[in-house]
Amino acid sequence: MSVIRASRPTRPALRGTDIASKVAVNGVLGLMALYTLIPLWWLFVSATKASGYLYTGTPLWFSHFDLVANIRNAFSFEGGIFATWLANSALYSLVGATVSTLLSAMAGYALSKFSFRGRESVFNVILASVLIPAPMFALPLFLLMAKLDITNSYWSVLLPSCVSPFGVYLCRIFAAASVPDELLEAARLDGAGEQRTFFGIALPLMAPAMVTVFLFQFVGIWNNYLLPSLMLNTPSLQPVTVGLVQWRSEFANGVPLLLPITGAFLSLIPLLVAFIGLQRFWRKGLTAGAVK
Amino acid sequence: MSSSSSTRAASPPRPVPAVTPRVSPSGRPRRTGRRTALTASGFLAPFAVLFLTMMVVPIGYAIYQSFFTVRRAGLFGGARSTEFAGLSNYGAAFSDHDFTASIVRVVLLGCVQVPVMLGLALLLALLLDSRSARLRKTYRLTFFLPYALPGAIAAVMWSFLLAKDLSPFTGPLSHIGIDVDFLSPSWVPFSIGNMITWGWTGYNMLIIYSALQTIPAEVTEAAALDGCTGWRLAWAVKIPLVRPALVLTTVFSIIGTAQMYTEPAVLVGARVPGVSPKFTPIMNTTLSMDLGDQNLAAAESVVLALITLVLSFGFLKYNQRKGAMA
Repeated sequence: MSVIRASRPTRPALRGTDIASKVAVNGVLGLMALYTLIPLWWLFVSATKASGYLYTGTPLWFSHFDLVANIRNAFSFEGGIFATWLANSALYSLVGATVSTLLSAMAGYALSKFSFRGRESVFNVILASVLIPAPMFALPLFLLMAKLDITNSYWSVLLPSCVSPFGVYLCRIFAAASVPDELLEAARLDGAGEQRTFFGIALPLMAPAMVTVFLFQFVGIWNNYLLPSLMLNTPSLQPVTVGLVQWRSEFANGVPLLLPITGAFLSLIPLLVAFIGLQRFWRKGLTAGAVK
Repeated sequence: MSSSSSTRAASPPRPVPAVTPRVSPSGRPRRTGRRTALTASGFLAPFAVLFLTMMVVPIGYAIYQSFFTVRRAGLFGGARSTEFAGLSNYGAAFSDHDFTASIVRVVLLGCVQVPVMLGLALLLALLLDSRSARLRKTYRLTFFLPYALPGAIAAVMWSFLLAKDLSPFTGPLSHIGIDVDFLSPSWVPFSIGNMITWGWTGYNMLIIYSALQTIPAEVTEAAALDGCTGWRLAWAVKIPLVRPALVLTTVFSIIGTAQMYTEPAVLVGARVPGVSPKFTPIMNTTLSMDLGDQNLAAAESVVLALITLVLSFGFLKYNQRKGAMA
């Protein structure tokens, strides 16, 4: 199915059009790859430039390579706050994604494997909340937490991160597809309690799907900006997104531009590794959302 | 749902229970409806508690707050009393020119950015799926890379990339006689649209591409035998078959546009003069909050949630109906 030739089904494909089609297809893909990579390349190159050389030389090529000193600066500035930000991001994402994945699996299992009155209405409420963007919850949540005086704490970011309606949606689909009813029935007949049936049989079957839910929630929390920026004032509680934006906005107060640049580059690495290592799970999750 | 995909992954240790069908001795129904409901609610409860406290209650509280107002008796912080205000907060929200202008701005931006991004995503997915594509895996990973960079940090990066004195783009452009300042007021909407397109095209492409991959080979082969190839194959066969993926990505993009906050907020933080601190509706709402008018902020959040829900749900329903007729 070459893309260029269209109209007539002339039997033997003409060599010329075949080559033209290859060039055109790969040309467009290559251009898009350039558009994607140039900003990241610029970020890397800039992070390696010695302070004072950011504005000199070509923006897209190295000059005065000094990456190590920049990394050292990023980690030592303001008493090593950058490492704290990274650790906070890891904490929020790991705990939030773990708890929300487990809760989603339980809820998805309940909604898929038990029929009870009101099941569809419960599911519809959860589905409706997927259609409302997260900030619409973040703002009222902030109003409420401010009233209760529990903002500016780990909990104010962790607790909301433990809920993932989209995770429940995915888990319900996964549970329906990968946990056979007969297996559950057999386990019950053999006298396994409901908890054992879930943790011993359903959960292992849902495990690959749960990895997907975990990854999505992990990245969602890692990338979150509005919620932590609303909730947290103390820098030592903030995740790396809020911290770096703070550095970016303080260049007038003496934060050198190389700091947010190096910091942005460094904060890209953990997720990049996770991505390349766990590629197949990403695709699986995306397919699951797309079909149906 | 792709049930096949979930079995493709590394299979976990599977317990093999003895499948010996037995009938309970008493002969009564094995599980009564009430017991089922009880067990199910046990599994649902932990999620339900957090869902209620973190999502439903705050929204309810915001709706409640939006109908009240705080009156100060004296000029200098005298006794404060909370009074029922009816719809006056909503009136204030809609008569606030900055708020309504920001809604219009974001809707316009979305009307341009979402079709461009999804059109590009669809084109790339079709090209990757075509016979002529090489290096498929490399391209797929490359396009997905921006997803690894948080929106806020990507915006920090772009705030440098688009700044006149640092940008690798303005130099070559001015060489060929085009002088642009991407952070000037007239360019800022496009620059923000570009940031979102850069960040999310690959993600959407992967959703569409995954759907394309589930089309059985017999279907495309049969179409090809009938002389349907190239663009016609894509248009008449493939695109209709990946419609659910297109609907899903559109809904996600509508939601994404409605929650636009991070990119312009970072630019404001970076003191880019071309961006107003009231660029998007959510920025307006956080400003109302900062100014201490929680009731107005509550009314604004309710309005925004409703608009988004109507748009995304309306689009879904419209497509379901169209899909049912087709």
